Amino acid sequence: MKFLPLLWAGLGRKKLRTALTLLSIMVAFLLYGFLGAIKEALNGGVAMAGIDRLVIRHKVSIIQTLPESYKARIQSMPGVDAVSYQTWFGGIYQDPKNFFSTIPVNPEEFLDMFPEFILKKDEKESWMKTRTGAIIGKALAERFHWKLGDHIPLQSPIWGEPAGQSLWDLEVVGIYDGAKKSTDTTGLFFRYDYFDEARKQDKGQIGWYYVRVKNPDDAAAIAKKIDEEFANSPYETKAEPEGAFAAGFAQQIGDIGTIVLAVVSAVFFTILLVAGNTMAQSVRERTEELGVLKAMGFSNGLVLALVMMESCFIAAIGGFAGLGIAWIIISSGNPVPGLLPMFYLPTNNIIIGALLAIVLGVIAGVFPAWQAMRLRIAEALRRGG
Amino acid sequence: MTRFTNWISQIVSVVLFNLQTIPTRLGSAVTAAVGIAGVVGVLVGVLAIAEGFQRAMTVSGSPDVAVVLRTGADSEMTSGFTREETRVISDAPGVARGKTGALTSSELFVIINLPKRSTGTDANVPLRGIEPAAYDVRGNVTMVQGRRFETGKNEVIIGSGAARAFSGLDVGKQIKIGENTWDVVGIFTANGGIAESEIWTDAAVLQPAYHRNDNFQSVYVKLESPDAYQAFKDALTTNPQLKVKVLRQSEFYAEQSTAVTQFVTTIGYFIATMMAVGALFGALNTMYGAVSARTREIATLRALGFGSGPVVLSILAESLLLAFVGGAFGAGVAYLLFDGFQTSTINFQTFSQVTFAFRVSTALLLQAIVFAAIIGSLGGLFPAIRAARLPIAAGLRET
Repeated sequence: MKFLPLLWAGLGRKKLRTALTLLSIMVAFLLYGFLGAIKEALNGGVAMAGIDRLVIRHKVSIIQTLPESYKARIQSMPGVDAVSYQTWFGGIYQDPKNFFSTIPVNPEEFLDMFPEFILKKDEKESWMKTRTGAIIGKALAERFHWKLGDHIPLQSPIWGEPAGQSLWDLEVVGIYDGAKKSTDTTGLFFRYDYFDEARKQDKGQIGWYYVRVKNPDDAAAIAKKIDEEFANSPYETKAEPEGAFAAGFAQQIGDIGTIVLAVVSAVFFTILLVAGNTMAQSVRERTEELGVLKAMGFSNGLVLALVMMESCFIAAIGGFAGLGIAWIIISSGNPVPGLLPMFYLPTNNIIIGALLAIVLGVIAGVFPAWQAMRLRIAEALRRGG
Repeated sequence: MTRFTNWISQIVSVVLFNLQTIPTRLGSAVTAAVGIAGVVGVLVGVLAIAEGFQRAMTVSGSPDVAVVLRTGADSEMTSGFTREETRVISDAPGVARGKTGALTSSELFVIINLPKRSTGTDANVPLRGIEPAAYDVRGNVTMVQGRRFETGKNEVIIGSGAARAFSGLDVGKQIKIGENTWDVVGIFTANGGIAESEIWTDAAVLQPAYHRNDNFQSVYVKLESPDAYQAFKDALTTNPQLKVKVLRQSEFYAEQSTAVTQFVTTIGYFIATMMAVGALFGALNTMYGAVSARTREIATLRALGFGSGPVVLSILAESLLLAFVGGAFGAGVAYLLFDGFQTSTINFQTFSQVTFAFRVSTALLLQAIVFAAIIGSLGGLFPAIRAARLPIAAGLRET
C-alpha cells in the first residue's frame, strides 16, 4: 500500500469536487435504502405468508362474514391440519389517525396457527386467564408506549358498544415479538369469546378463516375442495394460499407502489450518472499527470489500478455512508405507522447496495482508466501544452 | 449614469460571452441539466399522484350537498339507518325539493370482489345502492354509454373509472355477485369525481340481495343553498329521534382521503428533497468545473477591466439557464408521461378502490420551475463567488 499517499493526493487534488461527488453518491444510496424499505413494506405480507396456510373468505368480499360453524366442517376435511378464524374489529384508539389492526381470535388456535408470533409462556398463560386480555405487537407497544397491565379503551364503528359498557376495555397481558424481521408486530389480538359475548349483532359470524394443510403441495387442491364444499350455500367461499391472498392485497395498492418504485429507481440512476460522469471527468483532466507517472516508469497495469482505486474509493465511501445513514433513519421508526405494517431495511438490499456501490466505482473508473493505460507518454505530456 | 449603463453593458457582454462558450463544455453542461431534469420530473410525477387523488376526492364535493351518517361512523360502511330515520332526515328544514319530493337519496354501500384488468387479481370494488333522486342530488352524473338502470330490476350502471379498471364491466355483459346476476346497462361519468370508481344500482334491489331488510347506510341530501347547511345540521343533531353526524360532502371526502394523500405527499416530498440535494451537488460540481476550466478566461476578463459583479452574474446566468432547460425538459417529460394517467388504488378508509387520473396542474409545473430555479441559483452562486474572488495574477498564470 505504498501508493496510498498517491491515491490520497489524487482525491485531494480538488477537495471540493471529491466532497461533492461523495455527497451525491451518498444521497443516491440513501434513497436506495428507502426504496428497499418501502418496497419491502408494500410487499411485506407476501414474504410473511406461510406456504402451508390458506385464507378462506366470503366469495363476494372480505367485508362479508362467514358462519363460525364452518370451522368444524373444514376441520374434518382430509389434509387439513388446523383451522382458526379472525374477524375485523376495526377498533379505534382515541382517534382514527391512531390506526392499528385489532382482531379477536381464539388464543390457543391463533398461537398454534402463527408460530412466527412469539409470546412468553407466562404471558400466554395470563392471556388464557384474562377474558378481556389482549396481546400487542412489539412495534405497537413501542408506538404508544404501552406495557403489561395497561388498559386500552377502544371504540368500534363496526360493532358498536360492547354490552353493558361504553368502550371495549382491553388489558395488555402480553407483548409478542416476531420470529423474523419481516413479521408484522403492529397489531393487537384479543379474545374471541369476550368479543362474541359482548357484541350485540351478528353473533357467531366471523371474518375469515386460516387453514393449515398437512402437506403444502396439496394446498391448491384443498382450497378448491373447500370452495366446492360451500358452493351454492348462502355463504360461498373463496379459498386461496395465504401468499396469493397477500399478493392480491398488495396489488390493490396498485400502480402507486410500482410508480413510486420506478421513480426512485430513476432518481437513483440519474444521480449515479451525474456522479459517475464527474468522476470520469476528473480522471480525464489529469491526462498529463498520468503521462508523467508513466514517463517515470509506472507500468500500464499500475496506472489502471491507481485510477480504478480512486473511483472505487469514492464510490464505496459514498455508497456505504448512504446505506449506513438510511439504515439509521429507517431503524429509528416508521414515518407512517398506520399505513405500512413494517418498515425496515432488508439485509439483501444492504448487500446489493454495497455491491452496486463497488460496481459504480468500477464503471466510472474503467473507461478513463483504460484510456490512461493506453496513453502514449509523449502525447500525454504534449497535451498539457 | 454612464457608470450604470457601462455596468449593464458589461453584464450583457460577459453573460453573452459566457453562454456562447457553453457548447465547448457540452458534456458537463448536459450532465447538470439532466440531473435537474431528473429532479423536476420526479417531483412533478410524484406530486401528480397526490394531486390527482385529491382532485378525484374534492371535485365530488359540492357545497350544497350534505352527507348524513350515524354518530361514530367513520365511513359509510360502518354507518346504518332504518327507513324511518331516513324519512326524518328527508323532512328536515333546508332540504331542497324537486317535482317528486325531497331531493335526498338514502344509499347502501357494499364492496364486491372484481378482478383488475391490469393484473387479474381481485380488488375491492364499491357497489352503491341509490334512490332515484341521487342523480339530482349529485348533479354531475352524465351517462356516456347505455342508459340508467330501471328501478326494481337487477341492473347496474358503472362509473367510467371502474369500467376501465376492472374486468367484465362492459355494457351488455352480466356480473354475478353472490346468488344474484346483474346486467350492465350503462356507463357514467361524474366530472372526474369519486363516483366514477363505483358501481351503482337501485337501493331497493340491493337491500334484499344483501339481506339488509329495509336499512340504509347513508343519506345524501341536496340543500336549498350552501347557507342552509347549518340549519339543516342543527335540526338533525338536536333531534332526539336521531343519532347522526352531518358533514358537507366536501368535508366528507376530504376526511375519507387523508390517509392516502398524506402517504403520497410525505413520500413524494421526501424523495424530491433528497433528489434535490443530490442534484444540487451535481450542479455545484458542474459549475465549479466550469469555473475552474475557465479560470484563465475569467482572469483575463477581469484584467481587461470587467468588474466582479458581471462575472458573478454571468456564471449565475449560465447555471440558471441550465436549470431552466433541464427543469423544463423534466417537467415536460413528466407532463407527457403522467398527466391523465389512469390508475386505481385502495383507500383504506373505505377499504375499497378509487380510480383516478394523475394530474399535472399548472400550479405543479410552476412549483417545479421554481424548484429548478432554486437549485440553479444555489448551484451557481458559490462557484460564481469563487470566480469573482480569484486573484487576477494567479488566475492568469493558471493552466
